[in-house]
Amino acid sequence: MTHYGCSLLSCGVIDERTFEMDDYQGAVARWCPGCGDHSILTAVQRLLEEEQLKPEETVFVSGIGCSSRFPHYLNTYGFHGLHGRALPVATGVKLERPELNVFVVMGDGDCCSIGAGHWIHATRYNVDMVALLLDNNMYGLTKGQTSPTTPLHFPSNTQPRGTYLEALNPVQATLGVTNASFVAQTAEWIPAHLYETLKAAYHHKGFSFVRILQRCPVYTASVYDEAVRKPDVIEMMVHDDGIYLPDLDQIYKQKIVHNPKDIDGARRLAEVTERVRLGVFYRNEALPRYEDLRRLPAHTAEERVRLLSEELDRYAV
Amino acid sequence: MATKSKTAGKGTRKRAKDEGREIIRVSEHTAEIVSDSGEGAQKCGQIFGAVCAKMGNGAWTVEIIPAEIQPPPRSKAGGSGNRVRFGTERITNWGDATNLVVAFNEQVLLGRHELDALADDAIILLENMWATHPDPDIQQQWKEALEALSTRNYRIIEVPMEEECLKIVEDPRRGKNMFALGLFAFIYDRDLELIRAQIAHQFRKKSEEVYARNVLLMEAGYAWADANLDFRIEIPTVKSDQPMVVMNGNEAIGMGAVAAGMELCSMYPITPATSASHYLSDVFDKFGGVVHQAEDEIAAVGVAIGASYAGKVAFTITSGPGLSLKQEFLGLAVMVEVPLVVVDVQRGGPSTGLPTKVEQSDLLAAMFGQHGDAPHVVLAPATIEECFHSMVTARRIAETFRTVVMVLTDANLATGVQPFPRPELDPRWQQAPVSLSPIPEGKPAYDWDPRTGLSSRRVPGQKDGMHTATGLAHNEWSKVAYDPESHERGCRMRSRKIAVLQHTLRAPEVYGEESGDLLVVGWGSTKGAIEEAVDRARAQGLSVSSCHLTFLSPLQPGLKEIFRRFERVMTVEINYSDEPHDPFITDENRRRAQLCLLLRAHTLVDVDCWSRVPGQPLRPGFILNAIRERLAMGVGV
Repeated sequence: MTHYGCSLLSCGVIDERTFEMDDYQGAVARWCPGCGDHSILTAVQRLLEEEQLKPEETVFVSGIGCSSRFPHYLNTYGFHGLHGRALPVATGVKLERPELNVFVVMGDGDCCSIGAGHWIHATRYNVDMVALLLDNNMYGLTKGQTSPTTPLHFPSNTQPRGTYLEALNPVQATLGVTNASFVAQTAEWIPAHLYETLKAAYHHKGFSFVRILQRCPVYTASVYDEAVRKPDVIEMMVHDDGIYLPDLDQIYKQKIVHNPKDIDGARRLAEVTERVRLGVFYRNEALPRYEDLRRLPAHTAEERVRLLSEELDRYAV
Repeated sequence: MATKSKTAGKGTRKRAKDEGREIIRVSEHTAEIVSDSGEGAQKCGQIFGAVCAKMGNGAWTVEIIPAEIQPPPRSKAGGSGNRVRFGTERITNWGDATNLVVAFNEQVLLGRHELDALADDAIILLENMWATHPDPDIQQQWKEALEALSTRNYRIIEVPMEEECLKIVEDPRRGKNMFALGLFAFIYDRDLELIRAQIAHQFRKKSEEVYARNVLLMEAGYAWADANLDFRIEIPTVKSDQPMVVMNGNEAIGMGAVAAGMELCSMYPITPATSASHYLSDVFDKFGGVVHQAEDEIAAVGVAIGASYAGKVAFTITSGPGLSLKQEFLGLAVMVEVPLVVVDVQRGGPSTGLPTKVEQSDLLAAMFGQHGDAPHVVLAPATIEECFHSMVTARRIAETFRTVVMVLTDANLATGVQPFPRPELDPRWQQAPVSLSPIPEGKPAYDWDPRTGLSSRRVPGQKDGMHTATGLAHNEWSKVAYDPESHERGCRMRSRKIAVLQHTLRAPEVYGEESGDLLVVGWGSTKGAIEEAVDRARAQGLSVSSCHLTFLSPLQPGLKEIFRRFERVMTVEINYSDEPHDPFITDENRRRAQLCLLLRAHTLVDVDCWSRVPGQPLRPGFILNAIRERLAMGVGV
């Protein structure tokens, strides 16, 4: 058995390539005009360029939904699988190939509804990857059905007289899971904050969960309307160890200092209020990562055969 | 199977010792131990079975398992234990009836009696503490049970097991099984050194004191039998001239996975597949392999697919209900052409069904359970030896053909123990599946050969190989493509691979004459029982042969030609089919057994079937009856 701990590209060969934004460009994005996913894609491409991630060593795994088309629009490796099941696939990739950069892109139906079980357990496994929840509060691809994050009373095609239940709070839910190691929230209409959040998530060693508030101009145009038009609705959580963008101070005047090490504070701040809070709720790099816990020394084929032969001896007649 | 050479008997010392004792000489015997759950009967049977195999007997063991973890004590349905059929020659199935049973109480024995599990002249060694139990209800039950048992010609020997064990331990519930092992050891003249070694292996995780106590108990059983029994049973052992190993089917699957170079077993607990994961969890680490227990069946297969997509050798293992849950992912693996090995240890269904019992009813679900057209490979090992080798074959096919390979075993193979020739390991089986060399410019993600549908695999890390694998209809660049030609081509390419594989397969061998009145066709764990039934039928002058299929998808070539040489063709399977003469059943509406359905569709031959779903392996005697019945129905399909 061989582990691809060093790829042929990085093993003894100096890689002199530099990558431009365009190098990460896949197919032309086919989301609706005005869809927040466009801005997220741009921020991700900017991150890839900034970090100079090798396209061949980067994998985007997605589920099914509008946002899950994401990998097709990038020139990296991609796996566009099943509705709700992106996290297990990504876990399999990272468990066996820890050297790869793994990103997961999910929608709110994907992550919080059909894939909710995987979401909880992926958080607990704390595998080193970036998990993006592109939350537009609605099923878009299937044309306007209530999702777990649809606001109370908001109408949809399946609940035309409004939803019956209070929306699920993905940040709070994630913060409640054992081993949650990075939880952040950002908004796609604030590109600078979005980018900084992605960057912090990428640099975190562990499972980085980022909920991105994302506008859907077709089905939920009004949901984030107020937050977009009235910056005072937004409350920036700032800290030297979190995200602080002084340039945004002029627009976003509501600020609260929050230390991302403070789990109790994080859980309190995650409560739903009239304020929309953006920033890093929690970060803890001391938590064990599943792929590290399961890492084993590689064996050669001959070693494995020798060991198996010994094993067979135990069963010999 | 190995050619065997007779070894000399044990000499005169024993004969002197056995003076006056009746020596029953037989070529095979079926012995079982049955107790309440938790009394260790299974452990006793496992040790005894392994010792028989190691002494050079052919052997086949079957677990007697209650479905509950703690069924009420002294209940007919709660019997737990192990049945060991062993003989001078190779034993290929569990046979028909038990010849000798050790029972810890009369109720579990009655359960076996009512199941018709015991031969009419069976020898019964029965714990007798219940006859004088302080509880009058129990005394009454004992009386009634012995009355019921007296309707047969059983030879019942009462054994004071509790009393004898109390001389050694305070709690005989933990030790009676070793006393029983001693009874078997004496009756069948087993090698005590081997037994001690096997006890040491069984209790290797326990203390030296536990081992010593168990040996004492075993020796006490032996001594009691020596002092009190007026018979012994002699089954000549024949040492194989080639090295043999003995294990159960789930251990063989686990070891086969290691031999095949697998690196990840991603699973979720389910009976009866789990014991393979237990075995692997115990040993996989030292081979650098990981058993990942996922949060559910779906995640288990998802993680395996992710690992395989990333270029690793991964498999998942499950049983019926888990197979149902995995189906969407299996379709995805077929669609994106990610190699994947899936082991399904079949149990009784539908729904939760018979979790611990054997059935062969997942065949159609395995083949057609995915929505849309998802052609892939299904194969079924027939023996424990084949469980081992099928993992190597499965990996190789999965990678060569970039598809899903399902390996269907069942509860009978999973828990059955059988000796087989020690596999010769090959380091080439361990090879990494892909190199990380750069992809030449202009090479599409699916460089399908238009004739064969085969394409080369690529994995993350390969420079210039970037693409997005997608479950959506796609073209050769893995770009989403909804146009008619792209989808039809994708379907055609995935299907063509299966035809190409079929061309590499050999026609199945016919067991018996190449032509005749009846051909019995089977698959999976029924092989031994079918062939034994065919042997007996031929001995009775009937013109019967059989053939056993390893590949179910694609079916092996030449079937039509083989079928044509027989007047009638009939499958024998452990899944449900309507009886032709049942109410409302007509030739048109009759729901036939699963392989039968496939064979009819593929060959246009009017294949008949005989199938049962008893939650037990098929008995050769019952198959023989079915053969006789079908032949009496006349010839001419």
